[in-house]
Amino acid sequence: MASRLQFENNNEIGVFSMLSSSYALVALGASENFYSVFEAELSEHIPVVRTSIAGTRLVGRVTVGNKNGLLLPNTATDQELMHVRNSLPDEVVVQRIDERLNSLGNCIACNDYVALVHPDIDKETEELIADVLGVEVFRQSIAGNTLVGSYCCFTNQGGLVAPNVSVEDLDELSSLLQVPLVAGTVNRGSDVVGAGMVANDWAAFCGFDTTATELSVIESVFKLRNSNPSNIVNEMRASLIDTLA
Amino acid sequence: MQSADLPGLPAGPIGTFTPQHTTGHVLCCLCGVAIPPNPSNMCVNCIRSQVDITENLQKQVTLLWCKECERYLQPPKHWVRAALESKELLTLCIKRLKGLQKVKLVDAGFVWTEPHSRRIKVKLTVQAEVMNGAILQQTFVVEYVVEPHMCMDCTRANTNTSIWTACAQVRQHTGHKRTFFYLEQLILKFSADQQCINIKEMHEGVDFFFSNRAHALKFINFVQNVVPMRYRSDKQLVSHNEHSSTYNYKYTFSVEIVPICRDDLVCLPHKASAALGGFGPLALCTRVSNTLTLTDPQTLRSVQMDANAYWRHPFEPVLNSRQLVDFVVLDVDTAGAPSGRFVLADVQVAKASDFGRNDRTFFVRTHLGHLLHAGDNALGYDMSTSNMVNPDLEAAAEKGFTVPDVILVRKSYEEKRKRRRARGQKRPWRLKRMAMELEDEAGGAPGRGREQRGGPEGTRREQDMERFMQELEEDPEMRSKMALYRDPDYDHAGDAKLQDSAMTDDEDGDMPEVPLEELLDDLTALHLDEEEE
Repeated sequence: MASRLQFENNNEIGVFSMLSSSYALVALGASENFYSVFEAELSEHIPVVRTSIAGTRLVGRVTVGNKNGLLLPNTATDQELMHVRNSLPDEVVVQRIDERLNSLGNCIACNDYVALVHPDIDKETEELIADVLGVEVFRQSIAGNTLVGSYCCFTNQGGLVAPNVSVEDLDELSSLLQVPLVAGTVNRGSDVVGAGMVANDWAAFCGFDTTATELSVIESVFKLRNSNPSNIVNEMRASLIDTLA
Repeated sequence: MQSADLPGLPAGPIGTFTPQHTTGHVLCCLCGVAIPPNPSNMCVNCIRSQVDITENLQKQVTLLWCKECERYLQPPKHWVRAALESKELLTLCIKRLKGLQKVKLVDAGFVWTEPHSRRIKVKLTVQAEVMNGAILQQTFVVEYVVEPHMCMDCTRANTNTSIWTACAQVRQHTGHKRTFFYLEQLILKFSADQQCINIKEMHEGVDFFFSNRAHALKFINFVQNVVPMRYRSDKQLVSHNEHSSTYNYKYTFSVEIVPICRDDLVCLPHKASAALGGFGPLALCTRVSNTLTLTDPQTLRSVQMDANAYWRHPFEPVLNSRQLVDFVVLDVDTAGAPSGRFVLADVQVAKASDFGRNDRTFFVRTHLGHLLHAGDNALGYDMSTSNMVNPDLEAAAEKGFTVPDVILVRKSYEEKRKRRRARGQKRPWRLKRMAMELEDEAGGAPGRGREQRGGPEGTRREQDMERFMQELEEDPEMRSKMALYRDPDYDHAGDAKLQDSAMTDDEDGDMPEVPLEELLDDLTALHLDEEEE
């Protein structure tokens, strides 16, 4: 199920949080509300880490990660790196990268297998992304916007992209990512979907202004209707047995 | 262009791949209807339901309207005349609407309302930017309630018309009214009396009343341009509000016109004469505009004297046109070339009254050489017999100035005029008169008193008027400054017959007359002008 929440009266929750299938990063807020929503949804399955990155609360915009790894910008302090590294499961590789475009969350969008990156990103960074996150990297833009991380949000199940994408672009992205994509909005018509929501394979969080229509689009494209971690395991097991049989 | 002809290929120059863009659909974030993406990503209906761009605009406005003069108040204090459903009214209505600066007005028009309903409805279409750059257009109706509210002008007019705030008291200390007749014609020609609320004829002058100080100043400015004068202003406190510290004054302007008229004989004070290069000192006033033109009949020198120069060394006329005596010209001997308007001549004259009594003749040097012929009549001052009391003249005489016996002033057409009147010939023209109230009967209908008044005062006035009209006939330059109207009662055919008979005996061939083509057709002939007289 997708939940609606606010970070200190701000609907752009993708700015203040980062979610993957194996961990969640949440900004340090003045109140516990924001954190506790994540905690309530996720604490049974994955660690929810409260941290700041480079002293700021813009956790979601400056980091990027999936179940395999987490990339922090070069502005992140040693202390923060240590804290995140200690809090995450051992199999998640946490790496600080020296990239000029250091708001990684805006420039990179990824799921566990594929990443879309800003066309101007360094070659070394591209290699590092492929190594740390274990993904195939594509330089892309979304409807003329090079900030791919801001204008789309996708998981292994599906993805939501900004509404002004043409049908052809949508088809191309969909064939790159190998997941169904849909053009849509969050937060009552906002087209910065990457900043307005965070999602992983079984949960999604979006801004408080998100309407029921938007929520239903999100739930259907991210396949959240009757999803929880055990369902996915069951599904995988079923398909495994299917192929073995 | 060519590739556009091939089906299935995207348009663009040959050899360039242009990706095709098909706009996708998103669901309206509120109602879920599939729409092409727009900045707010909402369908039009949802935007409408969400935002009201007319929210900050007034939907009902009060317009103040003066019932008397049917004008609308345009704040702060301007009253505009506008017909219903007119462009002006629409402008006024839109201007009155607050908050219209924040939106873009696209269209405006009236919705018909019953004229007596005191409601004006205006349909406005506005555009505004809403929610991340989407432009929304909306149409709405504003109702204007027309509230009667009398304007200041009408309030003043309805309470008491004689309430004035400024008064210009124009005075000339002479025995006749010709200057005022002249002024009256100029005022009429230039409509300088438009803002006058009342005109009252007073002893030695006229009072002009105004509702506004600025109007009076404008009037005085006009007078200053046509006659030599000086003025002083005074004000009287009528009321005073100490809370708002507003003061209500009545302003009085005392305008004094130089008491020298055309044909007056003046003797310049020594200082004035010296300032003019030893001019005069005895001179005739030959013309009055906003300056005095003084001519020395002995030398033909003439000087211009403006009001300032006059008031520096003021002087009174030695003799004025009432003291003119009729002379008969016996012989004319021009002495010198014409200079300006005049020709110097040595003339032998005899007093008309002396005929048959004695043989006294005078040899006169005069400026009228161009007009006088033997046998003509001329008007002049007989200095040898007249009783002159003038300190300036006495001072000049003490210094050795010899006063000539006779000074001729102008040619006289009196005999010819008399003959003409006897034949029953009338003037083909007339002058317009200003509606004036007389001093003695304040409160009576303005302009009524003139006909009713008789007595010596009335006859003197008629004489002055007659002389003024003669002056007009004699001086085309003066005539050009004012408007003369065709007399509708004048019988052209009958007069032409009379004139023909007059021409045969060739008596008044050089009698000055106003050419008929100079006359204007009066508006009364068209039955339009009723306010006059």
